[in-house]
Amino acid sequence: MENNNKELEARMAATIGVEVGPQRSWDPVNLPMICHWCQAMGDDNPMYTNLEYAEQSDQGSIIAPPTMIQALTMKGVTETPAPGSVSRTEEQPYVLDMLDEAGYVSVVAVNCDQEYFSHVKPGDDISHIMTIESISELKHTALGEGYFVTELWTFINQDNEKVAEMRFRLLKFKTPQQAQRPGSAGSQSNKPKAPQRPRPGLNRDNAFFWKGLKQGKLLIQRCTSCQTLRHPPSPMCPSCQSLDKDVVEASGKGVVHSFVNLHHPALPAFDDPNPIALVELEEGTRLVAGLINIEPEDVRIGMPVKAEITQCDDELTLALFSPVTE
Amino acid sequence: MAAGSLSGQAAIVGIGATEFSKNSGRSEMTLAVECVTSALEDAGIHPSEVDGLVTFTLDNNPEIEIFREIGGEELKFFSRIHYVGGAACATVQQAAMAVASGVCEVVVCYRAMNERSEYRFGAGMQDTQAQADFETAHYGWYIPHGLVTPASWVAICAQRYMYETGATTEDFGRVAVAARQFASTNPNAWFYEQPITLDDHQNSRWICGPLRLLDCCQESDGGVALVITSAERAKKLNHKPALIKGAAQGACDDPQMMTHFYRQDITRLSEVGLVAKQLYRQAGLTPDDIQTAVIYDHFTPFVLPQLEEFGFCDKGTAKDFIRDGQITMGGRLPINTHGGQIGEAYIHGMNGIAEAVRQVRGSAVNQVDQVNNVLVSAGTGVPTSGLILGQ
Ligand SMILES: [Zn+2]
Repeated sequence: MENNNKELEARMAATIGVEVGPQRSWDPVNLPMICHWCQAMGDDNPMYTNLEYAEQSDQGSIIAPPTMIQALTMKGVTETPAPGSVSRTEEQPYVLDMLDEAGYVSVVAVNCDQEYFSHVKPGDDISHIMTIESISELKHTALGEGYFVTELWTFINQDNEKVAEMRFRLLKFKTPQQAQRPGSAGSQSNKPKAPQRPRPGLNRDNAFFWKGLKQGKLLIQRCTSCQTLRHPPSPMCPSCQSLDKDVVEASGKGVVHSFVNLHHPALPAFDDPNPIALVELEEGTRLVAGLINIEPEDVRIGMPVKAEITQCDDELTLALFSPVTE
Repeated sequence: MAAGSLSGQAAIVGIGATEFSKNSGRSEMTLAVECVTSALEDAGIHPSEVDGLVTFTLDNNPEIEIFREIGGEELKFFSRIHYVGGAACATVQQAAMAVASGVCEVVVCYRAMNERSEYRFGAGMQDTQAQADFETAHYGWYIPHGLVTPASWVAICAQRYMYETGATTEDFGRVAVAARQFASTNPNAWFYEQPITLDDHQNSRWICGPLRLLDCCQESDGGVALVITSAERAKKLNHKPALIKGAAQGACDDPQMMTHFYRQDITRLSEVGLVAKQLYRQAGLTPDDIQTAVIYDHFTPFVLPQLEEFGFCDKGTAKDFIRDGQITMGGRLPINTHGGQIGEAYIHGMNGIAEAVRQVRGSAVNQVDQVNNVLVSAGTGVPTSGLILGQ
């Protein structure tokens, strides 16, 4: 349990400060929108709806009620983002989803603070960027154990000026009953499907390679005219322009020609960091492959490695490489 | 220069740009027409005279739509060049060829994107299953292993470069520090008044070891346009012309799009060497004749081999050149005096060409003394291009 949370907390911490958005408004700020808001809220301040009054004020025109800011960029009843919005991607996992998966399925809003920097007026085009500002340690509250999460919403106008900020704080928690119940969200049986690696695109030029891996073989294309090996595969031999080719099975032995330790984007299907090598096979061709059974900081150029043909999921088999221990 | 040579026949006579931001708040087409018309105004040429338009891949503004917007009358040449940032200087090459051959008279090269607010190249590639054409399928060799971003592809070559030359991540950091220093005095730069130290670089988070966050350029919204016409007409216009003395494209040595992992020596940017050879020959110049350069800096590690391929230092010695301060103001070759794509904005090379024009005019915010010739490179790790602009 202790360990589980450490891993979760590290993943959650990685989301702090990651900007998501912008989420745009459906329409520029306009008078009917303001009137509807004021009627619903029972606010009869003439600065918001009385054109004549507002024209003679310091502002020179009507302004939108500051507290309306959050409504301006809402998706609307269809939950469709307005055109120009940039949605959250897989590389921007949402901390509340992580907490759901880990069994902290209950939520309660704690508080919401808004700060305004300039007035929003009809014609303004408002969008917002959302970041996670902070995540508390694991807290034991009267409701149950959980985490306080503070979201920071930054609202900007068409001139890229910050017009308002909103801090929205909530508690994601599990009730004592939820915490005790085996098989509840977060336990093994109920886990979502394991994240999958991105898929390669198969075509007539490369399909044999991927088929070979499914049969447990690492294949290298060979020109049958001049015997030159080549990878990645291609229709024509660059050495003699022959279209005739077959394949040889690689021994799987090679050395690390170069490598990286990938941290960003931290994709769910991979370790973080993810060591990936450019391997030079003993046959002479090179290929890119993930490294396994090694700590990222121990990878070295020139290190001998061998292929481990690995079924990653139902569809995908890859040649990963592990260090050769003498 | 031999008869029939491209050198000196055309000039960049106008430059225009929008502001550079993280969220432009307006459409890409708006950015495009803004920068195109501002470049024409800078040149003193009426938009109706434009008869050629050139851009490069991943720009989403159709040539003919821009032509309509600006009230164009007869469009005689339009081109969209492959390989993204590698094509930046090639836009000027094609414009110069079109002008020199008499195909057209006024060509505008443009680039306008909401790259930061709408796309984000750094987010990584997704599945390529759906489109398994040859080019897309190529990424299938990398993405199932997690090698999904431009930074990760560059990092493979950078690690080997460090191994072979003794360069360190601090040497990469010095490139970023120099760029941010120049940006700090450029009011148009996103990182205006925000210089960094080598410690800042070394303390920035890993993106893909050996690359840290501060080795990667920004992602930006914005647009830049350039106006090219004949050297003859250029003499009668608003500004001192930036003569196009050399303009070249290059691909060689088992070229790939970002992944030249199969060439014998992956530490080399052989296509940059091919561009360099052509540029110097066309212009009748040597590296000694270049006073300042714009060296494409999407990722700092590729600045080092570029300095070598262009002949500013020997292979494997760029680290010493940089440690000696030669790329900063007062050094042998101040580079990216606008702040580069690290400090000013990432407009895929086009803002760097505009800076080279300002250096030739003598109007740069970080002006280098007595500039006769400026070298400009384009995106590296991809089929690339380059320019020599001068008096
Ligand atoms: Zn052959």
